Amino acid sequence: MILGQVIGEVIATIKDESVHGHKLLITQLINHKREPIGRPQVALEVVHAGVGDFVFLVRARDASFAVVPNAPADLAIVGVIDHWDTIDPGSLELPFGETWFA
Amino acid sequence: MLIAKVIGTVVSTIKHPAYHARKIMLVQALHLPGEKPDDAFVAVDLAQAGVGDVVLVCQEGGSTRQIMGLKDQPVRSSIVGVIDSVHLTRGE
Repeated sequence: MILGQVIGEVIATIKDESVHGHKLLITQLINHKREPIGRPQVALEVVHAGVGDFVFLVRARDASFAVVPNAPADLAIVGVIDHWDTIDPGSLELPFGETWFA
Repeated sequence: MLIAKVIGTVVSTIKHPAYHARKIMLVQALHLPGEKPDDAFVAVDLAQAGVGDVVLVCQEGGSTRQIMGLKDQPVRSSIVGVIDSVHLTRGE
């Protein structure tokens, strides 16, 4: 799953029956520092997210399970984020040799 | 599976029922010396991991659904273990 921010809405009157009643939202995928990843994408919405919300999404085959029966979608918003906390992870380099983390 | 570090937690009230009562974490993969780190991503914690732990992350929906006892639900990445140590060689 990945982070994203909703930046717009898509209105599509004629769409597959299985996604009737679900909004399509334009979402910018982001990293934990709120920096964009790639181009904005259209995501199927199942949790009442709105423009401006930070959300988490599932991609590809897993996104089709967001609506049952299997929806024709490759990106789905599955959670609205209230907030996230991060630590400074330090170096993420895994050195050669033996490393103990405990 | 990936070796990753738990770098944070995600708080979400409104979420798909598949995520109900699950701890949602931000994880970032460890990388080989000299390489650049990847972006962090979201994973469901299935191993009682904590922030700062180095963990094993499964990035495949089918496996995650099976561990969570779900069928046809929109989940993908999950933390499936907390790593104590690794031994890495240069492949020579």
